[in-house]
Amino acid sequence: MDKVHLISVFAENKPGRLEKITKVLAEANINILAFSITSTNGFGIIKFMVDRSKDAYQLLKEKGFTVSLNEAIGIEMKDQPGGLYEVVKILSEEGINIQSAAVYVAETRKRAYLIVEVDNPEKVIESLKDKKLNFLKTS
Amino acid sequence: MNFWNKHLETLPREKLKEIQFERLKRVIRRVYKNVPHYQKKFKDAGITPEDIKSLEDVKNIPFTTKEDLYVDYPYGLLAVPKEKIIRLHTSSGTTGKPKAIFFSKKDIDNSAELIARCLVMTGAKRGDILQNSMTYGLFTGAFVMHYGAEKVGIFVIPAGPGNTERQIALMKDFGTTMLHITPSYALYVASVIYEKGIDPKKELKLKRAYLGAEPYSEQTRKKVEDMLNIDVYNCYGLTEMNGPGVGFECPYKDGLHIWEDNFLLEIINPETGEVVPDGEIGELVLTTLNREAMPLIRYRTRDLTKVISEPCRCGRTHRRISRILGRTDDMFIVKGVNIFPQQIEQILMGTKGVAQNYQIVLESLDEMTVRVEIDRELFDGRIDRLVKLKEEITEKIRSATMVKPKVELLEPGTLPVSEGKAKRVIDKRTI
Repeated sequence: MDKVHLISVFAENKPGRLEKITKVLAEANINILAFSITSTNGFGIIKFMVDRSKDAYQLLKEKGFTVSLNEAIGIEMKDQPGGLYEVVKILSEEGINIQSAAVYVAETRKRAYLIVEVDNPEKVIESLKDKKLNFLKTS
Repeated sequence: MNFWNKHLETLPREKLKEIQFERLKRVIRRVYKNVPHYQKKFKDAGITPEDIKSLEDVKNIPFTTKEDLYVDYPYGLLAVPKEKIIRLHTSSGTTGKPKAIFFSKKDIDNSAELIARCLVMTGAKRGDILQNSMTYGLFTGAFVMHYGAEKVGIFVIPAGPGNTERQIALMKDFGTTMLHITPSYALYVASVIYEKGIDPKKELKLKRAYLGAEPYSEQTRKKVEDMLNIDVYNCYGLTEMNGPGVGFECPYKDGLHIWEDNFLLEIINPETGEVVPDGEIGELVLTTLNREAMPLIRYRTRDLTKVISEPCRCGRTHRRISRILGRTDDMFIVKGVNIFPQQIEQILMGTKGVAQNYQIVLESLDEMTVRVEIDRELFDGRIDRLVKLKEEITEKIRSATMVKPKVELLEPGTLPVSEGKAKRVIDKRTI
């Protein structure tokens, strides 16, 4: 599987929201691999990539959070200057629009992944097939 | 089209007005003679029964407000000796004592007669089975409907409200064809029927429901109709005016007919007290034209609506009012514009992506904040969709009210859950 999953949580812009969410994950011993926050006037969406996506999704839902499970793709990049540029250049050449992005550092100074949400992930992976990119795989 | 009393229901307007005028003169004479409180009110306003020379002269008569019901409480507004009373009904006052309304034998019969018109108007007939899920007690709702249905020859199940399991069992066991129920409870019962996996089309015999006692929106009607596969008729009433059956929808479901041979209908500007032209929104004012024990003259209902004066396709000549838009007490003013919470509610209920709970916060004279919870089930993790949703709500409210609101999207469960009457408007300007 070349697709990965992101957990998206709706949150009003007010103190303590991130704390509440991460507490739930911590108590369930779920490891956060990457996260991002997008916020606009009044509210935002917090996105996580975790080691146990489905568990995290179920748990947050049960706890009353407004949550969704979204597909994304993880593209390997070098953890060095120019690493992000190389990958983003290819995406923009292909006309791929990024809805959200986060970074997952797999091995410090060696290997990192750009986690992006795009329309129609399968098609995007297909179109990037001959670009010599490595995708993050989920079991 | 079925009629209970075709002659009266389709009377030419001029004839209807003649009846109204005769009855108005009679009731004014009666209260002037028999009710000291009314006599004093009229004298203070410089009016005698002889001054009523046309139907239009009613505008010179002082209003009756709910405060008048507490003067000489409880029997002060009786126009007959106490021995003629056979029933008390009350309506909960918001503070202190309830409003006490008394019925003579003739009044009970007449209220049933009016309900019979309403039921037959919607196609109900002998052979139908009415499950009456309103409260039997001091509240008028259940009793008046009960007697009206029996008058038509309808089989009545006096279920009362609550005990949803039993409600559903009654429907299944006895083949209920009609419900009389509040809109909020109807939504709940329908959702339980769904959860139980009961197919209303196959396992129930429901044809129609009469929803009243609380204001509700067109979207709520549609929801109940779709969930239960029935026709829902809007039913308006108030204890001060017999209870249900004051206004009722015909099969065209486009406004509620008011039985004008029994009630004189006016719409006024709640601030100035002046009668507004047909079609304009204002406070509904009713005069009982055919009540024996406790006539009420120009009673201010505090309900907001408008008159629909165009003739109805059903053939009835009695005019219609729009569904109740709210209470005058609920109305608020922003940027000099009168706004009712119901207007906002209608918009939110018709917008995909938001839940039903909302709150309107007023912090200054020209700013309105609408706080609404998003729909947990429709959340898809896309912020651009939420931004669009927010813009959509802002624009819809702006075009409906002429005031551009500030819209806040909230996490579900943030706002207090409404138990009964929800507090929708938080007016910080008055604190």
